[in-house]
Amino acid sequence: MTTYYSKDHEWIAVEGDVATVGITNYAQEQLGDVVFVDLPEAGAEFAQGDEAAVVESVKAASEIYAPIDGEVVEANEVLADEPGKVNEDPEGAAWFVKMKVANADQLSELLDEAAYKAYVETL
Amino acid sequence: MADIVADIDLKQTPLHDLHVELGARMVSFAGYSMPLQYRTGIMAEHLQTRSSAGLFDVSHMGQAVLVGPDHATTAAALERLTPSGFLELGPGRQRYTVLLNEEGGVIDDLMVTRPASSEDDGKLMLVVNASRKEVDYSHLREKLPGNVRLELIEDRALLAVQGPEAVAAVAAHAPDAAELAFMSAARMEFDGIDCHIARAGYTGEDGVEMSVPAGAAEPIARALLADDRIEPIGLGARDSLRLEAGLCLYGHDIDETTSPVEGGITFCMQRRRREECGYPGAGRIQEELRNGPGRVRVGLRLEGRAPAREGAEIALPGGPVIGTVTSGGFAPTVGAPVAMGYVPVNSAEIGSDVELIVRNRRLPARIVEMPFVPNRYYRKPKS
Repeated sequence: MTTYYSKDHEWIAVEGDVATVGITNYAQEQLGDVVFVDLPEAGAEFAQGDEAAVVESVKAASEIYAPIDGEVVEANEVLADEPGKVNEDPEGAAWFVKMKVANADQLSELLDEAAYKAYVETL
Repeated sequence: MADIVADIDLKQTPLHDLHVELGARMVSFAGYSMPLQYRTGIMAEHLQTRSSAGLFDVSHMGQAVLVGPDHATTAAALERLTPSGFLELGPGRQRYTVLLNEEGGVIDDLMVTRPASSEDDGKLMLVVNASRKEVDYSHLREKLPGNVRLELIEDRALLAVQGPEAVAAVAAHAPDAAELAFMSAARMEFDGIDCHIARAGYTGEDGVEMSVPAGAAEPIARALLADDRIEPIGLGARDSLRLEAGLCLYGHDIDETTSPVEGGITFCMQRRRREECGYPGAGRIQEELRNGPGRVRVGLRLEGRAPAREGAEIALPGGPVIGTVTSGGFAPTVGAPVAMGYVPVNSAEIGSDVELIVRNRRLPARIVEMPFVPNRYYRKPKS
């Protein structure tokens, strides 16, 4: 499994042709207390950069963009009842969706962990 | 996610360095750099205020004084611009009111205090919204008679301490604060510093607002924060607290197009003023009082977990759009999303089902009474 990161503060863990996507710890810190996550349904297809989900914190709604092209194969149902998991375990149990990777070339344009950490340092 | 860009032109309150030291996330608000939240976050700060007490820096709000030759003159001057009664406002008493335009729309909502001391006869102290300072001041300067002038107070900070433990904590430094009735105010010393303290606030809780010398704001804030009962609270929780309390946020829930009748704030109109008129827009407001307004502000409780925010449309179930949400979000004390917005008066019945349209989906909601959380303002025990 290889984990990539986007400058929109998503992590993308790829195993075979399935990518598990969530938001980073930095993102959850910026968002604050998450009270609702609006996730797409299985079967939804996205192009890179499409609005794929919305995270509602106490203060605001924030769009989450598809980091790669692909079809959603599963959304994390746990978040419907426990949105606060996004604050507790953003890079683990609180993954958002699993997507079928449509264009593996896009992965190489994402950041690795070291590059993402360096990017966050600049913010 | 939108990053908040630091703006070097932003004004700072006297507590700016303390906010930064306390780990606040600073944001731009009404031309000021203000704390959105501190380290624990909006939810924890909200619940802290409801369960114990919170300290809010509201120094960005406008403090000013109307100065006239005697109380009757100053009160009459303000009555010509508002629908509230100030002639009968007693010394040391405070009142919520609105400045009205000629169409009966709200230019701003504000707190007015008649100082307690007879030495201050002829003065009325004002606290106005930060975002409306310039508009309010130019309106007042234009409309006030020649013998009543507006003096801005720019050398004082404004701190709010709110919550069930707030007054006890403040009284440890300013014992007279415990004697204040709700919506009353007095000058008193806080650890020897001359302050003006009012028993009021905008969270639905008991508490005070303290006008303090700018130079003493930080030591006063530090003295309060040294009390285990008090934590610093940012603008994020200030907004969720006032939303739960059913209170209007100017520019969102009320503005120059909404009348006090539509906004559901006619409690600011004392009976004599309702009867005698003599305020801007009285024609429209009298008509709305007699026959009901076209639209009214209502409370909305969503059934699911998804919040509906400002701008979401309000629709009849499966039917047409009838109004718009003006404030909304997750209500931490309620544990569910709530909102307020305007609907036609014939669709405003408590208990009516509606739908709030969020991202093209219709979320079921119900029109409910406000406040969403019962007010806990101080009521003096009957002797």
